[in-house]
Amino acid sequence: MNLLGNLGWDALPWSQPLPLISGIAVFAIVIAIVAWIFVKGHFPYLWREWITSVDHKRIGIMYIMLALIMLLRGFTDAIMMRLQQAMAAGGAQGYLPPDHFSQIFSAHGTIMIFFMAMPLLIGLMNFVLPLQLGIRDVAFPTLNSVSFWLTASGVLLINLSLLIGDFSKAGWVAYPPLSELQFSPGVGVDYYLWALQISGVGTLMTGINFVTTILKLRAPGMGYMRMPVFCWTALATNLLIVAAFPVLTATFAMLLLDRYLGFHFFTVDAGGNAMMYVNLFWVWGHPEVYILVLPAFGIFSEVIATFSGKPLFGYRSMVAATMAICILSFLVWLHHFFTMGASANVNGFFGVMTMIIAVPTGVKVFNWLFTMYGGRVRYNTPILWSIGFMITFVIGGMTGVLMAVPPADFQLHNSLFLVAHFHNVIIGGVVFGAMAGLNYWFPKAFGFTLHEGWGRASFWCWLIGFYTAFMPLYALGLMGMTRRMQHYDDVTWQPWLIVAALGAFIILAGVVCQIIQLVVSVRAREQNRDLTGDPWNGRTLEWSTASPPPPWNFAVLPQVEDKDAFWVWKEQQRTGQHAPVAPRDYEAIEMPKNSPAGFIIAFFAVMAGFAMIWHIWWMAGIGVLGIFATMLAYAFRHEEETEIPAGELARFDREHPVRHESEAEAAA
Amino acid sequence: MRYILRAALAISAVTLSGCGQGVLDPKGPVAEAQRLILFNSLGIMLAIVIPTILATLAVAFWFRASNRRATYMPDFEYSGRIELLVWAIPAMTVVLVGGVAWVGAHDLDPRKPLASAVKPVNVQVVSLDWKWLFIYPEQGIASVNRLTIPTGTPIRFDLTSSGVMNSFFVPQLGSQIYTMAGMATRLHLQADYPGTYPGLSANFSGDGFADMDFPAEAVPPEQFEQWVSATRGAGGPTLDAAAYADLVKPSQGVAPFTYPSVAPGLFDEIVSAGTPMHEASRDTHPATMEMAK
Repeated sequence: MNLLGNLGWDALPWSQPLPLISGIAVFAIVIAIVAWIFVKGHFPYLWREWITSVDHKRIGIMYIMLALIMLLRGFTDAIMMRLQQAMAAGGAQGYLPPDHFSQIFSAHGTIMIFFMAMPLLIGLMNFVLPLQLGIRDVAFPTLNSVSFWLTASGVLLINLSLLIGDFSKAGWVAYPPLSELQFSPGVGVDYYLWALQISGVGTLMTGINFVTTILKLRAPGMGYMRMPVFCWTALATNLLIVAAFPVLTATFAMLLLDRYLGFHFFTVDAGGNAMMYVNLFWVWGHPEVYILVLPAFGIFSEVIATFSGKPLFGYRSMVAATMAICILSFLVWLHHFFTMGASANVNGFFGVMTMIIAVPTGVKVFNWLFTMYGGRVRYNTPILWSIGFMITFVIGGMTGVLMAVPPADFQLHNSLFLVAHFHNVIIGGVVFGAMAGLNYWFPKAFGFTLHEGWGRASFWCWLIGFYTAFMPLYALGLMGMTRRMQHYDDVTWQPWLIVAALGAFIILAGVVCQIIQLVVSVRAREQNRDLTGDPWNGRTLEWSTASPPPPWNFAVLPQVEDKDAFWVWKEQQRTGQHAPVAPRDYEAIEMPKNSPAGFIIAFFAVMAGFAMIWHIWWMAGIGVLGIFATMLAYAFRHEEETEIPAGELARFDREHPVRHESEAEAAA
Repeated sequence: MRYILRAALAISAVTLSGCGQGVLDPKGPVAEAQRLILFNSLGIMLAIVIPTILATLAVAFWFRASNRRATYMPDFEYSGRIELLVWAIPAMTVVLVGGVAWVGAHDLDPRKPLASAVKPVNVQVVSLDWKWLFIYPEQGIASVNRLTIPTGTPIRFDLTSSGVMNSFFVPQLGSQIYTMAGMATRLHLQADYPGTYPGLSANFSGDGFADMDFPAEAVPPEQFEQWVSATRGAGGPTLDAAAYADLVKPSQGVAPFTYPSVAPGLFDEIVSAGTPMHEASRDTHPATMEMAK
């Protein structure tokens, strides 16, 4: 009986110098940073202000930081893959053996979807939603903290596999039978499953939290048809999370039962059927695509309207299109495997349904176009990302509809054409959207604007890099190259793959520009400080409060009289239609207390997950008990809230006069 | 603008000429029909996509804040006519492409036999770790990692897998289809011209995946008959349960070879090996034996 289950010294990759050295280096850096924090005495501050914080703005910022670090990790994998495929032509094997190459593409997909794109958009929603809705926090602030820390647990587990054991070699979709014990006996698939199960619970709770927030907590007067479009897209996304993530959790639970307890849901023998997994995975997987892209659509809607100095064109149309996409996204999953051999009627139905989704998406593109029409478009970084998106996404959408034609998909399925397509929509849609959002809302979060020059440089590098990296993959797909090849015989493919690798390095230059942009902006923060709270002449309520907003967001909750509430308010002030601002009547408010519950639950979740991966049953038991005990302790807490006295609210507002107040004073 | 167009033309010309072996160079009726569908759908969509891209660039450029000749319409946020238009344009495009998809899905259903006066040849395909087994039940022979087929003859493929899922794909002949353990899929293809076309697995199946390619040799029918009799005449073991148990063991980069004879019903045995109806054979099935270890 081994106390440490399957864990032993042989879990370290002794025979593979590349993973061993990089793994040790990464862990050394992490340990050094943690040590520095303790030695310098920063830990109490971090604990008090960030780790235990239940403030949606802090949690949002932590989500985004986590996502950006994971972007670097996933991007490293991407560069390694591009280099391998640029080298391994003809008889050459490149520098990565198949065993390592398959771990890299599996990790790249898993990390980019679950730990880069998801936290990036959830972070933006976290930060922006309550501010746009004109409220002080989300519906369940502590649950929000638990969600974040569970996502961080998933990140930690998946990155532990760098050094301890190995990662899944079954691709980011982990199709059985390949992901079953019979064909993947190691810990790799278990790392994948437990990391995603734990973070998936966090995502589901985020979904419940945000749906409740949007449905139940809006500023007085904000009816549904007065909500900013970003809130609508966030509502659609979180409804999709609530509906889709339980499917993923259940599917993974079945695969875990197969792997741990010898069940036969998806095995090749005893009546298991792998195609059930494939169907269930994509019943989650296709809505997931829209979970990612809908908030991005919302960001573009806000950015394009703001920087065109116009309301969004066709607001009701946009809302209808968003909700149509939300429902239709559940009716298209089979287009991920037309090649399964389903009947012509089934394939035809899912092909046509897939195209129908393109209608509301097309409507959105036209509405953005007409939002700019008749506007005064200011070319700041966020709108560059938005226009880059409109061009790129239209191309990605077109290749998507192309593959929705079943006979065309019989040729293009799993080819590099497919790889190019989904990077076209995910980079061109989700990543561009997140970058637009980061540049747009950064001054709100930190009180100073980001450097424009480096922001533009980064945009152009990303845009040019994207086209250089992925247009060759479209061509290669048509030439018959399939995805996930560690090496290939046809040397005529090699020049295309070298160009693609070059493109990846141009994107790398874009990432470097973004890091420089951040450093330069932080150093010049005093010059770029935004004292108005409204650096872009915004339209929605988040711009009506100070930058950065106080913990309570709004000392007095705003009264909403129309959509684009803040813009309407500013217009009324300007034209004198509105009575001058009366002196504010401050009342003490209650804010939720910080809580370590999220961090402690996540600590035990990591312990339980790690123990399950390595079959250390006693430790898994402690982990689960620890989670339960923490919940119990939290349920029996005495104080839930702290009171912020009226005097403090008034003092903050005096010290941080925002734009509309100073203007109102000037007018009076 | 003209230079951009010229550059785009030049790039697409290079792209198309570079696609020597894929979808764009079909060698049979299925792949040919698929290329036509690809071009038709692309044409329909480009008719709307290119104007949209140009309009986006034009609007964004003309309405730049520094252009004082552009009219500023800060309250232009709704127009019923434009709304009708923006819903109608994508809807009509989708009606067209949707029609192509629905008709195409039926015309090119992999299970649908090809219209031909020639009697089809049946090939049973088994994907193994990491090689392809092609059984010719009517000829009673089998081949590993090389597919030989007669030209101008419809080929009826029945496909399954020994374990992990793969996808059988010869791009120049047309449709790919999954090979799945415990299930048989069916696919009809035909080669019109003699030649050797690259075949591959299009679904990742593990460490030896990159080497799961095979030549698909299309030869004139007489030559095919010669190949069949030569294969029968060549020595070697019969492909029966025991030989299959040996073959199914994982291996990579196996050079093509043939079996002069095949035990009847082997393919059905392989398909049903994973089902509970076949409990008796489970003990002898290599995949099961491997797991028992």
